[in-house]
Amino acid sequence: MTTTTAVFDPGAEATRATDAILRDTLHGTHRGVVVDSPPGAGKSTLVVRAALELADAGRPLMVIAQTNAQVDDLVLRLAEKRPGLPVGRLHSSDPDPYDKALDDLPNVRKSAKAGDLAGLDVVISTAAKWAHVKGVEPWGHAIVDEAYQMRSDALLAVAGLFERALFVGDPGQLDPFAIVGSEQWAGLSYDPSASAVTTLLAHNPQLPQHRLPVSWRLPASAAPLVSAAFYPYTPFRSGTDHDDRRLDFAIPSDGSGPDRVIDEAAESGWGLLELPARHTPRTDPEAVGALAQVVRRLLDRGGAATSERSPDPTPLTADRIAVGTAHRDQAAAVRSALSELGADDVTVDTANRLQGREYDVTVVLHPLSGRPDATAFHLETGRLCVLASRHRHACIVISRAGVPALLDDHPSTEPVQLGVPLKFPDGWEANHAVLSHLAEHRVPWQP
Amino acid sequence: MSLITTLARLEAVDTGRAQPLATVRHRHLSERPLVFVPLTTAGEAGAPLGALVGTDRDAPRLLVVPQPRDRDLRFAFLAELAGVVLPYIDACGEDVEAAERTETDPETGKRVKVEVELCADAPQLIVPSRAGIEFVRLLGRSMRFRRTAEQDPETPHPAPPHVPLLGRWLTHYGERARVPGSALLLALTDVVSRHWATGQSSLEDQHLGALLAWIDPPENESGAEAALRAELRRDAKGQLLCPPAGPATDPAFDNKLLAPAIERYDRARTALAAAEDGLQADDRLGELTAAEREIRELVDSRTRPTWDAVWHGLDLLRTLPEGTHAADRWTRDRWSFTGHRDRVLAGEPPQPRRDDAVTAANKLATREREQARLEAQEALDDPLVMAGRRLAGEAFAGEVTDIVMAYSESKRPSPRPLVTIRTDDRPHLAERAKVYRSLGGKPQAAEFVEYVEGEADGADIDTGGRSIVLRIVDKMGRGKEPESGSVPEKGDLVCFTLFEHEQRGGAKLPDPEDTPWTHGGPPGEATHPPADPVTEEDVL
Repeated sequence: MTTTTAVFDPGAEATRATDAILRDTLHGTHRGVVVDSPPGAGKSTLVVRAALELADAGRPLMVIAQTNAQVDDLVLRLAEKRPGLPVGRLHSSDPDPYDKALDDLPNVRKSAKAGDLAGLDVVISTAAKWAHVKGVEPWGHAIVDEAYQMRSDALLAVAGLFERALFVGDPGQLDPFAIVGSEQWAGLSYDPSASAVTTLLAHNPQLPQHRLPVSWRLPASAAPLVSAAFYPYTPFRSGTDHDDRRLDFAIPSDGSGPDRVIDEAAESGWGLLELPARHTPRTDPEAVGALAQVVRRLLDRGGAATSERSPDPTPLTADRIAVGTAHRDQAAAVRSALSELGADDVTVDTANRLQGREYDVTVVLHPLSGRPDATAFHLETGRLCVLASRHRHACIVISRAGVPALLDDHPSTEPVQLGVPLKFPDGWEANHAVLSHLAEHRVPWQP
Repeated sequence: MSLITTLARLEAVDTGRAQPLATVRHRHLSERPLVFVPLTTAGEAGAPLGALVGTDRDAPRLLVVPQPRDRDLRFAFLAELAGVVLPYIDACGEDVEAAERTETDPETGKRVKVEVELCADAPQLIVPSRAGIEFVRLLGRSMRFRRTAEQDPETPHPAPPHVPLLGRWLTHYGERARVPGSALLLALTDVVSRHWATGQSSLEDQHLGALLAWIDPPENESGAEAALRAELRRDAKGQLLCPPAGPATDPAFDNKLLAPAIERYDRARTALAAAEDGLQADDRLGELTAAEREIRELVDSRTRPTWDAVWHGLDLLRTLPEGTHAADRWTRDRWSFTGHRDRVLAGEPPQPRRDDAVTAANKLATREREQARLEAQEALDDPLVMAGRRLAGEAFAGEVTDIVMAYSESKRPSPRPLVTIRTDDRPHLAERAKVYRSLGGKPQAAEFVEYVEGEADGADIDTGGRSIVLRIVDKMGRGKEPESGSVPEKGDLVCFTLFEHEQRGGAKLPDPEDTPWTHGGPPGEATHPPADPVTEEDVL
């Protein structure tokens, strides 16, 4: 960096972006506003703030999120920020439809019927539940959270419920998918399997689009890589600098592979533990075993994370660590391996389920490790992006050697569909970008 | 590909014979299906070369287009095809039974039962391979917007009567074939490879001859050898002994046999047109007829082996008893058929070129629901399919070793018995996961409580066996004590699945005329963009 460039002030940049978004949302003339948010850029904070400002302006607001966990999280955040705000939680009629913590909030009314919640300042539910709401007066305003993970047909089902909306989401994460073929509609502006934002913008190209420029989650070691690999045309920065975060371990390395990769990751933010090349079943027992040992050592070595959040280091406990895999059976195999090592409390999930979550350290089983081929599923840009952008301090990847060669053997071969905008970067390129960065932090496996 | 399919394929490679993937037949097969073996012309999309079609395996009807680029001959072919297919469809359309359907009353807006007709059986169309289904769609698309002279006396190139109607039916069948588990239009290779695993790739399974060779090889020959022979062996003239199932033809056939024959036909036709008197015309007509017969024989020689193979495949499939739920799905197919019959009778216009936003979303939702339903039903119908789900950790089976009666904590306590099941399966059970078993055809739900491991439960840890405690939560009646038979007893063998057995209906989407602004608003009047201008290449 040269001294002549203006100093980048992440706080000021983020505030400027947020102000512009709120101005368009509250006073703009367009029916919709789209906000692209890279990982950890304060999307939830923005949603909460927009909700409060709309409520203050006396505009009835509905909030559409994609999962029940996201809805409950938003309700809790709103109540924390403004305990007196009357909030409605619309839920399904299944048993245990919402987080029990909501029962302690006096101003949150919960119901399975939208009619019971009429008149409240903010009503929050999932897209699936909103789709069943019929015959009510439309809301003046809506906030659609995780709009890039919402399918176009889900938006079609709820769009009649609001006049105007703020769409917030991360374009780099996993696209929504359909469990049956939908090629027949590829290229149509309203392809029901496309993302809600794709359809919205295809029909309303004049809508204002904003971007949050700063990731508060990703450390300075990760933001440049994630930005360059997954958001090449919409770069972002980290909100913190290299000196702001540190990961220390009380117990020194014993020289084994897991300990060395932990030290490498603590030092540089990235670590690649590489097992010898081999074709394996999806639940590669050696890789799963190595992964479990890394997690065990992370817990045993008395880790402490120092960050801008507090002056004192916080201990690296099981709830601050997550393991990410591509497939559910891999997650199950990792869970049982961890349970044998007595580390049951660590979150283990697939990329789909880790979306939107945040941890200090993540340990990732590389989606292409041990595979004989690279399918579109494994190459999907969003999958790798989710796995590589959940951490505040360090990310450790476990993989078989030979993935770059595998990639070279399997260039993307998806048929080109007329009328479908090409997505950049493609997964093949993004995978190579991440791998070549990880190669600098490679530690060969030795038990 | 699931683990059990991979294992079956490995076993097929090892033994040289296809291995079963199912113990029952998961698709309904009609008593009298209409088999359609089409061929298309290389390099001319949508130009049929000929077809064998019919319901009688010993007497197929051969239809041939001697000059595929001649539009009049193509129309004649389509008219002939309509002459075979439409009577078959009409016959089913006339035999109806009374049924009930829930509809929204337009005046009160309430859901009411109305009595409607349901066709007692539906016509079933069988093509050899997946490419055949695409061809059916293509034919449907090329025909349904044609106008007959009767519909529009002004139209410059009127289609023969019935051709547009055939196009609408083929379009409906092609569209229905996209619904998982439907059986109105089946590709035989798909159905057969659903029931048997061969030792070749699923791409190679698209070759009907090779696929059948794996399942039913000649005596003293392994399936692998027979499949290789079916795929590659050529006669002295360089022609494949087992021609591809089409609609595309083998290039060696196109170049060496078909092209010269069509050229002779063209020459004979030109000569006939140039005949100067009746006598000469008679002679030349004879030559033309001979040239046409030659092409007919060529097409027959390429379609007949496939025709026989299709019926052979149907025979193989009929050796399996039909799965219980396949009949349910066939009833849905009958509803689909009846619905389209009613639309045709009501004089509705042909299916639009493209779906509007609401129709597309509805179709996708239906297909996703049918896919989930199909996967659940196949597992419930077939222990071998269920074994695959168990192996994948999506179900588990075992013996009930203990029952403890318990009750819910509410004012009126309901029974919530705790059932312990010993199993060797390793299901991926999350905390409080819901599981289901089939109880008299209806799903009964239970909740995962905990694993019990150790010597106390008698499970053998070495084999991975352990016990699972479940809490049964429904289908036990309204009383304080569960109804008899609604709770498993000690020693019962039970099978629980992690997936639901029945699918909930999705939310109702807005009507097309209420399409919201996010999706471009209501579709409006159908507009037909002007056709491309006719170029020199369009005219022969």
